[in-house]
Amino acid sequence: MPEALQALNNGVPISWYLVLSALLFALGVAGFLLRRNIITVFMCIELMLNAVNLSFVAFSNQHKQVAGHIFTFFVMVVAAAEAAVGLAIILTVFKNRATLNIDEISSLKN
Amino acid sequence: MLHLWLIPALPLLGFLINGIFGRKLPKSVINLIAVGSVVLSFAWVLQIFMTAGDLAAKPLHAHYFTWIRSGEFRVGWDFAIDKLTMIMLFVVTGIGSLIHIYATGYMADEEGYYRFFAYLNLFMFFMLTLVLGANYLIMFVGWEGVGLCSYLLIGFYFVKKSATTAGNKAFIVNRIGDFGFSLAIFLIVVNFGTLDFTRVFSAAAGKPVGTLTAIALLLLLGACGKSAQIPLYVWLPDAMEGPTPVSALIHAATMVTAGVYMCTRSAAIFTHAPAAMETVAIIGLATAVFAATIGLTQYDIKKVFAYSTVSQLGYMFLGVGVGAFSAGIWHLVTHAFFKALLFLGAGSVIHACHGEQDMRHMGGLKKYAPWTCGTLACASLAISGFPFTSGYFSKDAILGAAYGYAPWMYWVGVITAGMTAFYVWRAFWMTFYGDYKGHGHPHESSWSMLGPLVVLAVLSIAGGFLFNVPKILDSMFPIAEGAENMNLTYISVAFGLIGIALSYYMYVVNTQLPERIAASLGGLYTLVYNKYFVDELYDATIVNPMITGSTTVLWHGMDQGVIDGIVNGVGTESKSIGGVLKQMQSGNIRSYATWVVLGAVALLIVMGVTAIGFAAGVGK
Repeated sequence: MPEALQALNNGVPISWYLVLSALLFALGVAGFLLRRNIITVFMCIELMLNAVNLSFVAFSNQHKQVAGHIFTFFVMVVAAAEAAVGLAIILTVFKNRATLNIDEISSLKN
Repeated sequence: MLHLWLIPALPLLGFLINGIFGRKLPKSVINLIAVGSVVLSFAWVLQIFMTAGDLAAKPLHAHYFTWIRSGEFRVGWDFAIDKLTMIMLFVVTGIGSLIHIYATGYMADEEGYYRFFAYLNLFMFFMLTLVLGANYLIMFVGWEGVGLCSYLLIGFYFVKKSATTAGNKAFIVNRIGDFGFSLAIFLIVVNFGTLDFTRVFSAAAGKPVGTLTAIALLLLLGACGKSAQIPLYVWLPDAMEGPTPVSALIHAATMVTAGVYMCTRSAAIFTHAPAAMETVAIIGLATAVFAATIGLTQYDIKKVFAYSTVSQLGYMFLGVGVGAFSAGIWHLVTHAFFKALLFLGAGSVIHACHGEQDMRHMGGLKKYAPWTCGTLACASLAISGFPFTSGYFSKDAILGAAYGYAPWMYWVGVITAGMTAFYVWRAFWMTFYGDYKGHGHPHESSWSMLGPLVVLAVLSIAGGFLFNVPKILDSMFPIAEGAENMNLTYISVAFGLIGIALSYYMYVVNTQLPERIAASLGGLYTLVYNKYFVDELYDATIVNPMITGSTTVLWHGMDQGVIDGIVNGVGTESKSIGGVLKQMQSGNIRSYATWVVLGAVALLIVMGVTAIGFAAGVGK
């Protein structure tokens, strides 16, 4: 299958990856801004991070450089850590307030 | 080495120990440290006196370190002892020791016991620095230090408003004098290039008279502040708010005589400035008469002696002014004996009467407090110039010299001597004769108080024989040649005796007479009784305008208007800007997210525009 992979590799231009990445990112932003459920917002953030990862990998492949891959791993590690902390926070918030509506969590203001 | 530094260092050590640890120490330890340090200091002075040899031929000098160095100008921490300093050292440490002993009895039941003795020891340190200093700057250090201690001790009963006010008054009035003194020091630096006594005095003869007169007059201004002469005498009577041992030590025997010492020390400058000398004599004489007349009418026993001190200091300045420096110092010494005794006796009387100071509520104490009565009689005799007491010799020396300078000064001085005898004995009769008119049962004081009284009584009577100051200082200030005019002596003694007799008649024999005289004098009596309204005059012309000016311009205008305005303005501005900015903080997470996204978009647009511009630039 290496030939097929090679062909696929050559056949898909980088702009496709970037467009996909941009679409995913835009989806993430839209969800982040519009949804009220904190879990959904959280997942949208993950979506944005992975959209960025896709761009990294695409550019890395294009330029035949390994830096993009390394960045991707970094982002994944950070995302994992963030997921752990973030979910813990969400759990605590839910325990204390019995709500996941992001608009109701604004005690800092008042 | 004679270790001159030990003399002031011992009281300083006492001050440090009592000042830092005194709160926790028992009274006996505080006594031991406070009295012990001063007595040791006295003993060390004695030791130096015994071993120093001829001070006239070879004054002692010790250089410890260079304090200020600027180009050619040097000021060292130097101590020196010549005969004049030696006399002052004996007076300060000797009288100081006696008064410390007395104070252990007098202050026994007072609050802040350790604080009192710490201040008193600090005073001894500064006073000894003042007289030991070998240049004007060291003298000035001591000069300011004793002023500080005077302030602290006048305001010792600081919960009393009048005491703190009196302390402030003393300090502020002294600032005026000290201002003059510091200007004099600047002039000396400019004209002589040094502050060392020996170098300044040896160069003084060659300087223009105008310069020397200016320096001498500024020094005199300093002396007027410290030694309570017209026009700066007003602080001394109020200073009687302090405890009585303080009045005796600082405001009678030692500190207030610093001005006389300073003028005598600067004799080389004064003798080359005749106009300044005449000013000194006139100020001294005027103060002597002026204060004596006020003393005639006062009823507070300490106030009488306070005005008497002002008056006697006037005599000393008269002596200095007419060129009889050694006579002035002689009177300084004898005055230290009898005036310290008068104040300590007054303290004993006040104790006997349970804190009463008004002489109208005393009387008849002779049988309750015989030792106080006897010793006070000695002091009163001495200050009246009774023949062969200490005051007789020194006052006579001054008056004799005054006659040689200008006969009218002698006559004014003699009349003042009569008034002096009158008011001192008036106080004596009112206190010890007649019937007791106070409250409680009067009692004699303890022996720690009476002991110093007895020693001082002996010195007051015999001090003139024991310490013939003009003879001791002959090498520094030669005694004027010429036959002594015994008639002058007879006249002044006669005036003193008339004063005593008159006061006896008015206050023992015919006690209705003083009131009748006061009533017949009317306005004049009111004027004198109210101290010529000088305090009121100063209030109206200087103090109140100053307060009004400070209140309107400095407080309301500058402080509240400008400084507070700036500070408050900054605060208000920050608040209003913050009011605008806080609108952004909605507390709504999704609105924050919107801002983040909008910011990112804005950044992207900026980067895009720049990239396009860059590409266009490269393309050209």
